[in-house]
Amino acid sequence: MEVNPHNSMAHGAHADEHAHGHSHDHHGHDHDHDHEDNFWSKYIFSTDHKMIAKQYLNVAIFMGFLAMFMSLIFRMQLAWPDAKLPFLEDVIGKWGKDGKLDPGFYLALVTIHGTIMVFFVLTAGLSGTFSNLLIPLQLGARDMASGFLNALSFWFFALSSIIMLFSLGIETGPASGGWTVYPPLSALPQAIPGSGLGMTLWLVSMVFFIASSLLGSINYISTIINLRTKGMAMTRMPLTIWAFFITAILGVLSFPVLLAAALLLVFDRSFGTSFYLSDIFIDGAPLDHAGGSPILYQHLFWFLGHPEVYIVLLPALGLASEVISVNSRKPIFGYKAMIGSMLVIAFLSFIVWGHHMFVTGMNPFLGSVFVFTTLLVAIPSAVKVFNYITTLWRGNIQFTPQMLFGIGLVSTFITGGLTGIILGDSALDINVHDTYFVVAHFHIVMGSSAIFGMFAGVYHWFPKMYGRLMNKKLGFIHFWLTIIGLYGTFFPMHFLGLAGVPRRYYANTAYDGFANLININHVVTVFAIIGGLAQFIFLFNFYYSIKNGKKSSQNPWKSNTLEWTTPIEHLHGNWPGAIPEVHRWPYDYGKPGAKEDFICQTVPFSETPESNTPHDH
Amino acid sequence: MNILLILAVVFGTLVLVRLANVAALASKLSGENEEAEQESANRWNSIGMIAFLIIGLSVMVYIMNLYLPLTLPKAASEHGEAIDGLMTINWTVLFITFFITQILLFFFAYKYRYNKNRRSFYFHDNNKLEAIWTIIPTIVLAALITTGMSEWNEITKKSASMKGIVIQIYAKQFDFTARYAGKDNKLGSSFFRSITDTNPLGIDSSDAATADDLIAKELVLPKGAEVQLMINSRDVIHSVYLPHFRVQMNAVPGMTTRFAFKPTKTTAEMQKETGNPKFEFIMLCNKICGVAHYNMKMPVRVVEPAEYEEWLKTQSAVFPKEEAAAPAATPAPADSAATSMAK
Ligand code: HEM
Ligand SMILES: [Cu+2]
Ligand SMILES: [Cu+2]
Repeated sequence: MEVNPHNSMAHGAHADEHAHGHSHDHHGHDHDHDHEDNFWSKYIFSTDHKMIAKQYLNVAIFMGFLAMFMSLIFRMQLAWPDAKLPFLEDVIGKWGKDGKLDPGFYLALVTIHGTIMVFFVLTAGLSGTFSNLLIPLQLGARDMASGFLNALSFWFFALSSIIMLFSLGIETGPASGGWTVYPPLSALPQAIPGSGLGMTLWLVSMVFFIASSLLGSINYISTIINLRTKGMAMTRMPLTIWAFFITAILGVLSFPVLLAAALLLVFDRSFGTSFYLSDIFIDGAPLDHAGGSPILYQHLFWFLGHPEVYIVLLPALGLASEVISVNSRKPIFGYKAMIGSMLVIAFLSFIVWGHHMFVTGMNPFLGSVFVFTTLLVAIPSAVKVFNYITTLWRGNIQFTPQMLFGIGLVSTFITGGLTGIILGDSALDINVHDTYFVVAHFHIVMGSSAIFGMFAGVYHWFPKMYGRLMNKKLGFIHFWLTIIGLYGTFFPMHFLGLAGVPRRYYANTAYDGFANLININHVVTVFAIIGGLAQFIFLFNFYYSIKNGKKSSQNPWKSNTLEWTTPIEHLHGNWPGAIPEVHRWPYDYGKPGAKEDFICQTVPFSETPESNTPHDH
Repeated sequence: MNILLILAVVFGTLVLVRLANVAALASKLSGENEEAEQESANRWNSIGMIAFLIIGLSVMVYIMNLYLPLTLPKAASEHGEAIDGLMTINWTVLFITFFITQILLFFFAYKYRYNKNRRSFYFHDNNKLEAIWTIIPTIVLAALITTGMSEWNEITKKSASMKGIVIQIYAKQFDFTARYAGKDNKLGSSFFRSITDTNPLGIDSSDAATADDLIAKELVLPKGAEVQLMINSRDVIHSVYLPHFRVQMNAVPGMTTRFAFKPTKTTAEMQKETGNPKFEFIMLCNKICGVAHYNMKMPVRVVEPAEYEEWLKTQSAVFPKEEAAAPAATPAPADSAATSMAK
């Protein structure tokens, strides 16, 4: 074991003494060094959770940049619809002939941008990276319950990414019906070219994606339930783990429904069924498929779709809870209330899906029910926000890049949550549904809050992943440019929505009344470019620091959680000796009387008589 | 144009090299005095927090002054006015919440920056506080939910009532057609298999209710009268969006959807009110429906009732030639036009 001399967590050593007869002792470390890892088994087909986490993160970064490029292309189209952008033809070939973006390809870009960001970056990228990295490390497990399933999960994800990328290059273009791929548009190649082979590939890709997500989630759940180290009661788990746990449950319950929706769509497209099709006359002929309902698809899609937004957000909130507490040198306020509100949010997220469908002709009474349940979500959300704010109150705040992103997350979560209340009010939603107001709303919560959570996680746990620190100064610049870029992009967008501008329009030329909004579109695009460029600072910092970053100490942020008791050098099984035992909750920061302003979870109360309170035992 | 690309690459590389220098330098320096460096980071970032709060909120207010005038004018329909009122109430509540929470968040971040001579306040539970911020949002939301729901009930009740001037909005890639139900206020039935080049809506010419139906490529509405839109699509989902009237309803193949509303201002009145002599209402497609989605629309005009009657006379019947032949006396089927169209 490589014990860092500066290690302020000398208590880690006690672990060995306390782990008598622990169930994990027998599969210790001795066999880990028996075989030499070659390149393939170490980097590619690894079953080690830490390596899989890094694989997820790297793929997500790649996909994220790709999707970001797409958004910059269509943002330029919206801001300068008449301009010729000579580089377009070089970048996207025939779809950008003579520097003009093809209207069909505009829709393809919007569709694939959304799909990649929501599923590949914020679902797989976020959970895949941090659930994999932190669940075993923070719970005191040697690895995931099943390393093999875990690797399989990553490989399904990689395959699904490759298929999605491949669909970008085909003759008829990728899926173009929006990331929600509503039929009949997505079912009929006659309706839009992207609904041909492109849509088939989209569906195949998503089937692999869903399989990957399910394998991952089942693994996370069983690891959390079964492999906690001695003393790690559920009520002593860090909030990160609670968030991953609830997220995984949401995924297991909702992704199968998306699979059902996708399979029925596959049947309608390829096997002559008509689940979603009825009374259609297209391409000069009536369609024989009849008797189905396109609305059925929307019910199925949003039954996943809404929990999905929390699958995206909860891990980000979990990461932020940890980061904000550590860097405030103060316990997270309302630990139990935080868990409770996550559980309530998770429960409610299954009964609000109809708020995406207020104007589909759905029974108005059903609409009222969904208004009721939707607005209820705001209550646990408010509890979380106030708890974060109270955590900062009278804290002792260390401004690290991850802390900045954590605070940014709370700010954008407030902003986006509030506009959600407008959208959840069916009467008000009538006029803003499917406008840029919705685009603004979900980019503030997903595109900003969840992304901030992800960045917070990367900066905070980078030393755990790569043994080095990312450069802080570049991190600060990255944060400030990003938050300015994001608010500058998405705040003005609300006004486009309030002006009645529909989303997914290639150009706002249909209505003269939109002509004077071009200024807003300029502002939005300029800030999007600023925000986009800022990500290169991150990209550079990330890859530069892997090789050249400052060497990290064992516990660089003076945290209480178990992952910082493992050696800096990765090894299979995580702890060279016995697994440490846990004696207290993870948030003993700034405890009165304590020698230092943090007490690791491995320290028994018997060693800290000076700081014990009457409740501690 | 390739020059542009090359320039971008060169510029990008230069920036990266520069960043590398900065990073290398920074990590060398930081080895020496990490604590001092973190202290300066704390100072600058906490100042950043308060600056972001103040500048951010100011810019926000400035932008609202700049952009709010560009948003939709006051609603031109009865329920639209109610929606606008409700929107104002909601915005008021939300802005108060927004300001309070953002100010607390960034102010605390600014105020409580690290000081090595201080400990944070070990404060991690307080049921009274949790109760306060559970109960207050609950009360506020209860108010928003009830007002919102009752307005929603008002709006949807009208659509269910089948009262008002019946107009079909028939959507297809990439246009809308309006069919006025005529004197009997009943639409003749239609069926998608009956669609032909000359009968693009697939209307049943033998249905007595068809005889007085009129077809228009423009939606003209009388001011002050209740209008009942009956919405259909023949290919993919579209959405009938009339932003100035706060009206939106999807057009879904295989079913008929409805939206009832009452226009309260004529186009001429809107031109005066907005001070824009070129102001026109519009109907836009607001559900992605294909490559030309962005161009799918229909002009909308609201006129005085008398002018509306005049305009109706100039519109063509669905089957102009057969008009005279159609027996006007046949009773219409008992079920509504809606159900017959939905089959
Ligand atoms: C208080 C919390 C929230 C409420 C009440 C709320 C409400 C809503 C409503 C009613 C819509 C439908 C709007 C429409 O299409 O007309 C919507 C859309 C959306 N929301 Fe939220 N939301 C909340 C928080 C979130 C969060 C936290 C996320 C994600 C992290 C999120 C992501 C989305 C997305 C992705 C859509 C748009 C989907 C689409 O049409 O493409 N929302 N939200
Ligand atoms: Cu939702
Ligand atoms: Cu359309």
